[in-house]
Amino acid sequence: MRGIRVSYTSREQVEVYRFSWPVSIVLPLLLVGLQAFAPVRLPFLRPFDFGLLLTIFFAISRRSPVSGLITGAGIGLLQDCLTSTPFGVFGIAKTLVGYGASSIGSTIDVENPSTRFLMTFVFYVLHLGVVLAIEHWLVGQPVHFNLGHEAGMAVVNALMAVFLFSLLNRLKIRV
Amino acid sequence: MNFFKRQKNAVVLAAVLLVQLLALAVQVKRQTPTGPVTLLRLVAVSTLSPFERGVIYMGMGARHMWNNYIDLIHVRQENLQLKEEFEKVRLARLRELEDARQAHRLQSLLNFKENWMDQTVAAQVIGTSGTESSRLLYLDKGARDGIKVDQPVITPDGVVGKVLAVFGDHVSQVLLVSDATSGVGALLLSSRLQGIVKGSPNGELTLNYIMGDENVPAGEVIVTSGGDRIFPKGLPIGTVTKVGMGRNLFLDIRVKPAVPLNRLEEVLVITSQAAREPDNAELPRVRASDILSQHLPGVPQPAAPSPSNAPANANQGAHKP
Repeated sequence: MRGIRVSYTSREQVEVYRFSWPVSIVLPLLLVGLQAFAPVRLPFLRPFDFGLLLTIFFAISRRSPVSGLITGAGIGLLQDCLTSTPFGVFGIAKTLVGYGASSIGSTIDVENPSTRFLMTFVFYVLHLGVVLAIEHWLVGQPVHFNLGHEAGMAVVNALMAVFLFSLLNRLKIRV
Repeated sequence: MNFFKRQKNAVVLAAVLLVQLLALAVQVKRQTPTGPVTLLRLVAVSTLSPFERGVIYMGMGARHMWNNYIDLIHVRQENLQLKEEFEKVRLARLRELEDARQAHRLQSLLNFKENWMDQTVAAQVIGTSGTESSRLLYLDKGARDGIKVDQPVITPDGVVGKVLAVFGDHVSQVLLVSDATSGVGALLLSSRLQGIVKGSPNGELTLNYIMGDENVPAGEVIVTSGGDRIFPKGLPIGTVTKVGMGRNLFLDIRVKPAVPLNRLEEVLVITSQAAREPDNAELPRVRASDILSQHLPGVPQPAAPSPSNAPANANQGAHKP
């Protein structure tokens, strides 16, 4: 056992997946586009941060920190393109989330729905904290924080993650 | 994992190239008909917007089909009701036309300058920023339709925002009045106090720079003052919902927007407005004292004499010393 990392789940139980190139490129475009353009006609989609959910899903499936942070950076910058804020606000936040999620994904079992719910909740809060910190200290914009509203959003996104991840599981290819 | 170990050099190369490309795209600005736009933003919007426009138009087509060919129950009854309503509105319009003529005449005599909405372009809302930290809309009209940066965007209910950027011929970006970086010159309709309506990070509107000793009741209507040189004067912005004491001796006034900013589907962009001198040529010469006399309370006029008595009275008057 010497040299083997001991964690909640042994290395043998953690499965690593990959995604086809079309899925890796089209899916982020589709979901970020959905997040930006669909709420005009479908307002109930407004609370969901599909970019964040997708970053977490790719990261925990691939279980590679480098891959996770690059995916997060790409999705975050795509979201930055659609806002009037400077590039990098969502890029930096999602880079950190991608790195964190993939690091956790490589040590614990993230196939369980309750684990996915809890993890998404925590990463939503982390993402929000980073975005607010960047907007306040780096961009110099006034920020607003409503604990009740944000907690509700975190729960709603975590619930959506459980549902969405089970659908996206079909796109995974075992390595 | 094995893939990255085997292709480590390629991945690192790709990452370095990606970072450099992104950095380059952020710095490079592409010239558009309305000014320079960041290349990365231009490419992203140009890639996403045609697909979304197509989806919106398909949805509109389906809705059009359903509304105009299938969902026609109660149309006859509705038609009769509408005819009745139309007659009422026609009468009301005649009264309003008369009022408008009178207002225009008075304004002309006082030699006011007016901002006229020469031309508006109707546009479909095709998207948002997708985040709460940036309150934007994307429209399906662009440079080809005469849309330019800083043009006002409205609906018949009131102010929506202003054009922030134009991405080519068919897409433009609108900054909503509720965005934290937004500001509109405002006027309280009844008290005529002037201030600035600003957005906030949570999307709430506030009226700023009204002194603390002023009396501003809840429910008072706020309109554009025209002082920002973007919005024409007199467009509704919203109504006062809450008034409290703010910082620096100013009131903290919360405003409910006149337009449902979260549920917009169509808007109007004012593409042309010009300051014109009113045309007095067609108007008859009227003395200012005559106009004032119409509006001030005066001595009741004596009963008009009947035509048969008039000459007799006149003669009687003439003989008086």
